[in-house]
Amino acid sequence: MTRINLVVDGMRVADDIEPRMLLVQYLREKLGKTGTVVGCDTSNCGACTVHLDGRSVKSCNVLAVQADGSEVTTIEGLAQNGQLHPVQEAFRECHGLQCGFCTPGMIMQSVDLLKDNPKPTEEEIRLGIEGNLCRCTGYHNIVRAVQHASGQPVAPNEVTA
Amino acid sequence: MIPAPFDYVAPTSLDEALAALREHGDEAKILAGGQSLLPVLRMRLNAPEWIIDLGRIDSLRGIREEGDAIVIGAMTPHSVVGNDPLVAQHAGLISAAVERLADVQVRHRGTFGGALAHADPAGDLGGPARALGAVFVIAGAGGMRQVDADDFFVDLFETAIGEDEILVEVRIPKHTGWGSRYEKFVRVEHQWPICAVAATVRVEGGTVTGAGVGLTNMGSTPIRARGVEEALVGQPASAESFAAAAGRAVEGTNPPTDLNGSAEYRLHLAQVLTRRALAAAAGLGEG
Repeated sequence: MTRINLVVDGMRVADDIEPRMLLVQYLREKLGKTGTVVGCDTSNCGACTVHLDGRSVKSCNVLAVQADGSEVTTIEGLAQNGQLHPVQEAFRECHGLQCGFCTPGMIMQSVDLLKDNPKPTEEEIRLGIEGNLCRCTGYHNIVRAVQHASGQPVAPNEVTA
Repeated sequence: MIPAPFDYVAPTSLDEALAALREHGDEAKILAGGQSLLPVLRMRLNAPEWIIDLGRIDSLRGIREEGDAIVIGAMTPHSVVGNDPLVAQHAGLISAAVERLADVQVRHRGTFGGALAHADPAGDLGGPARALGAVFVIAGAGGMRQVDADDFFVDLFETAIGEDEILVEVRIPKHTGWGSRYEKFVRVEHQWPICAVAATVRVEGGTVTGAGVGLTNMGSTPIRARGVEEALVGQPASAESFAAAAGRAVEGTNPPTDLNGSAEYRLHLAQVLTRRALAAAAGLGEG
């Protein structure tokens, strides 16, 4: 067992864990933060994306011991004082989801993208979320949500009923 | 999937790491960023008894200018390398390749030295390292030694790094003023290339006066396309000479056949991508 100390969503935590424990496992099974999900389990899909010391990572591909001494933000730590984060609001507003499974990772990666590039073009948005797979939406409403969150005009919906 | 149990040590200095490596020998595996190693452990393709994590050794991170080289610490994350102005100015081919490597999250976590030491023949950095003539600085019990890119890649997932040695930094000879292009052919943007060509050229007065070309996933190691380089130097920087030189990209290759394409298909791709990469590197557009 190895002792780890870290800050998760603003809360200081310490635990004795097996070194082989993955960060995502630690978040879900030890801390009960099941908002972060495991999708592909092979570091392809990005559903498990969290922020580690301010940068997006795939938490199924990081050992919890590697996060010792670090600060982790999950989807559960984005809202402040009952107010959704602007990117969360934008995903709701633009309906940037269908089944919702990829959403936690999509939002965490979008927040990371907007931190580097507050006004991304559509292409930059698509490249910025290249490591996050969505099997429902075809990405259109996700891209619109990121445009909306960045205060840019949203591309019109080409599909008419 | 979860890795098999292992013991874990995270030394804070290179000497401690070397001592741990000597103590645990072939029962140990070095962890850099873990973006290749963790999937291997989780799929139980490897089950080392010890993991030696280099993540706490600050001296292995960072980028500096040293004479005629840009020196990249082995534990520097890809995202840092990709955004570094020194690298962009003096080794633009590295910046171009890093930008296409995996995805944003993996680039935050994965390391420059870790990816090269892993020596996946489909890894994005091997071709550029060979094209630029990178020099690998390796630490062992007897001190530091340097290995040229031409001797570093030994075979599939095998490098010149000995069992009791650690890659410390990679020296990239400056190619200031050279044009560069990384042509990566891939089905899904964040995946490994089916084939990739890393090209950097110097053009003076319309003539090619220097060329470095590396091929990815065209054999068991990244390959330096010497035939292409020889065919180019002294020639006019024109679509015709690039097309002629690209024909020599197949020399010395032994590409795999897999679900993504046959060896024959890759031999075709290598020539097309080489022509495009050279043209783009020389500023002639997409070729």
